[in-house]
Amino acid sequence: MTNLLTIKGLKIEGRSDETWNPIINGVDLELKKGEVLGLIGESGAGKSTIGLAAMGYTRDGVRISDGSVDFDGVDLVNASAAVKRSLLGKRIAYVAQSAAASFNPAHKLIDQHTEGPVQHGVSNRGTSVEDGIELYRKLRLPNPDEIGFRYPHQVSGGQLQRAMTAMAMSCRPDLIIFDEPTTALDVTTQIEVLASIREIVEEFDTAAIYITHDLAVVAQMADKIKVLLRGDEVEESDTRTMLSAPKEDYTKSLWAVREFQRPEKPPVEKGAVPVVSVRGVTAAYGTTDVLHDVSFDIHAGRTVAVVGESGSGKSTTARCITGLLPPRMGEIAFDGQPLPSDYRKRTKDQLRQAQMIYQMADTALNPRKTIGQIIGRPVEFYGGLKGAKRRERVNELLDQIELEPSKYYNRLPSELSGGQKQRIGIARALAAEPKFIICDEVTSALDQLVAEGILRLLADLQDKLGLSYMFITHDLATVKSIADEVVVMKNGKVVEQGPKVEMFTPPHHAYTDLLLSSVPEMDPDWLNDLLKERGVDNIGDAAVDKM
Amino acid sequence: MSSLLRIILHRLGLGLVTLFVVSIVIFVAVNLLPGDFAEAILGQGATPESVAKIREDLGLDQGMVVRYFQWLSGMLTLDLGTSFAQLNFANFGGAGTVTVADQIAPRLANTLFLASVTACIAVPLAVTLGILAALYRNTAFDRAANIFTLSSISSPEFFMAYVLILFLAVLNPIFPSLSNIFEGMAFSERLEKSMLPALTLTLVVTAHMMRMTRAAIINLLASPYIEMARLKGLSPMRVIVKHALPNALAPIINVIALNLAYLITGVVVVEVVFVYPGIGQLFVDSVKIRDIPVVQACCLIFAAAYILLNLTADILSIVSNPRLRHPK
Repeated sequence: MTNLLTIKGLKIEGRSDETWNPIINGVDLELKKGEVLGLIGESGAGKSTIGLAAMGYTRDGVRISDGSVDFDGVDLVNASAAVKRSLLGKRIAYVAQSAAASFNPAHKLIDQHTEGPVQHGVSNRGTSVEDGIELYRKLRLPNPDEIGFRYPHQVSGGQLQRAMTAMAMSCRPDLIIFDEPTTALDVTTQIEVLASIREIVEEFDTAAIYITHDLAVVAQMADKIKVLLRGDEVEESDTRTMLSAPKEDYTKSLWAVREFQRPEKPPVEKGAVPVVSVRGVTAAYGTTDVLHDVSFDIHAGRTVAVVGESGSGKSTTARCITGLLPPRMGEIAFDGQPLPSDYRKRTKDQLRQAQMIYQMADTALNPRKTIGQIIGRPVEFYGGLKGAKRRERVNELLDQIELEPSKYYNRLPSELSGGQKQRIGIARALAAEPKFIICDEVTSALDQLVAEGILRLLADLQDKLGLSYMFITHDLATVKSIADEVVVMKNGKVVEQGPKVEMFTPPHHAYTDLLLSSVPEMDPDWLNDLLKERGVDNIGDAAVDKM
Repeated sequence: MSSLLRIILHRLGLGLVTLFVVSIVIFVAVNLLPGDFAEAILGQGATPESVAKIREDLGLDQGMVVRYFQWLSGMLTLDLGTSFAQLNFANFGGAGTVTVADQIAPRLANTLFLASVTACIAVPLAVTLGILAALYRNTAFDRAANIFTLSSISSPEFFMAYVLILFLAVLNPIFPSLSNIFEGMAFSERLEKSMLPALTLTLVVTAHMMRMTRAAIINLLASPYIEMARLKGLSPMRVIVKHALPNALAPIINVIALNLAYLITGVVVVEVVFVYPGIGQLFVDSVKIRDIPVVQACCLIFAAAYILLNLTADILSIVSNPRLRHPK
């Protein structure tokens, strides 16, 4: 059988600082009709760039400098814009990472769905609308007859992602590029989207390139896997071989990331006063209650992971603890002493004791201030240190987060990598010398290797400084590796809490069970087994709703 | 829909409050102007007695607060007052008085006519040029459009007016160089006579609107949904008109509103050059002879035009946003 897509010696360059720098250094790729290739690697590996190049498309400031992209006999590198346009959308389609950003906010879903078929002359609007509704039904979207007549903002993220898959299918293309289509979704939503994507790709015998950084996900979706590292191919083989016997060290290290595990700690002594105690907190935005009677304790030197899907009230709980959102009922106690509910009424020392690290290190650091200024500010504010003493303390903190002071003191945040920025966030929290730190999804924007480094650092700091953490996350792998105790939240309520060991051994609360079983595993048969066990209509959000 | 209505009512309320504040500013400012109507009208023959007499007749001897509320209540009942300029002092109060409304109405109508003609040419022209400049960004066309519109906005209005007169009235007699329109004139003739001032104003306002259209569209071209549209194989024109433009409307509408407001309030130079009987000339003349009621009324009309157009722009911006039109 001939190849549908053949990429040979593809080299791509990106423009920065007035020069062209290599992004992809000669990658080969072959894809037959109906075949699914998984493309994995960390951010910056060039996965998306290759995915777009397979469509003959490059973003602004990026160019294909060498090599060929052959799609069914058409040379996409040298093809005219008109020739490419006649293929794009019609024979090669694209599913983007964030459907919420990739649907045009100004038009209804169905209008965006029918645009491709109508403009390419594949179909007329009436037929295309009917077909769209049929695809929505196949992808198990709720209310398939009317969901298309809504605007993107009226539809949830997981549903939008499926609607985008339907849109990609609208012309029945031969090849679809899936660019991290489930990365932004909760686990229970992800599983539904994965199942529907796989089903529809099989039904229409569509070839696909599935781009992701999540190995377990790609294991469910792909026939073969290609691993990339900084623009170079590391290795490629069929999925089962790749999972059972990776050849290269880099691939093995990717596989090993999930194995970081903190040693168990002895149980908390009876009668010990918790550092932070959340007691019967009910909180509201406006007049709607978003937290209902939330209670849990965090003991000295322990990590409590607060788990749940987006909208379950994890971050709201953090806002109550920090005093940004005074609760409507209940109270927060620190070392057994109740805290004023509004942060403006807390003393400087009370404020100092509880610090926060944020999810997006990018937006949490002032881009105009140097690292020395960013960390020096709380050193001066809380510690009252000035001049040389301040500088000394900042250097000490930089040492603690394993960044060389002389090299980083005068840099701006934009000159650091994502993981380094997150380390600065940690140093800034440490500068106040707190007892307790809230970590709000601190690793979810990072690659697995980098994330693991951050988790190890946090664990070390906890051992050295006796810190207590409240670890907000939706990623159960993170919970497994770092938590001592787990609090599971759903719709603003705590549904289960207890030591980690208990949480990860059955019997679980039904919702915890659903969350745990929805985390993709590295076994290529995992999704099949799960679907067999639960049935296609009883996975993900559908199952959540039934509870 | 009820939330949209609430927003509109809210903005309308704010507009009224603004107008009220502006009315105070206008009244105080006009009263701070040096000079006095009575002295100005009597000229050499001003004796203290006659000045006092006229001031008393016109109510100018009363306190500022009292006069303000008299004026305001008149405005609220749409009685703009009596123009000083046309008063017959021989039999003051008798027949032959001219109200401010009589003075302003035909002039305002003329100004609105000229503004409408200009808007009908300039707005579509600017938006089209903006779209084309965004489509062919960084090409010769884009640069030419930018240079042309920028040079026309940078030259003084009277200069542009004389250039147009030279080319379109003197060298090639297509349009009349004098725009002395009057009541009862046929629409076609009125249109022909207003053409040169309208073209001059078009040159003045196009640059601003065109550049904002171009910038607002280009600003969106990096969005994921634009990339998606391109990856669907749509033509560049369709990507811009169908996918970028609807999301760029808010800033474009705002700039259009500002320019329309300018067309109503700021065109006195063009009116003078073409002898066009608009409200701008009336305003300047009234200031010269201290015809306070007319000056105040004009100011208030200008302010109202600004507020109303900006209000309309705000509402249109809201309506162009599907998130507000179709809440979850």
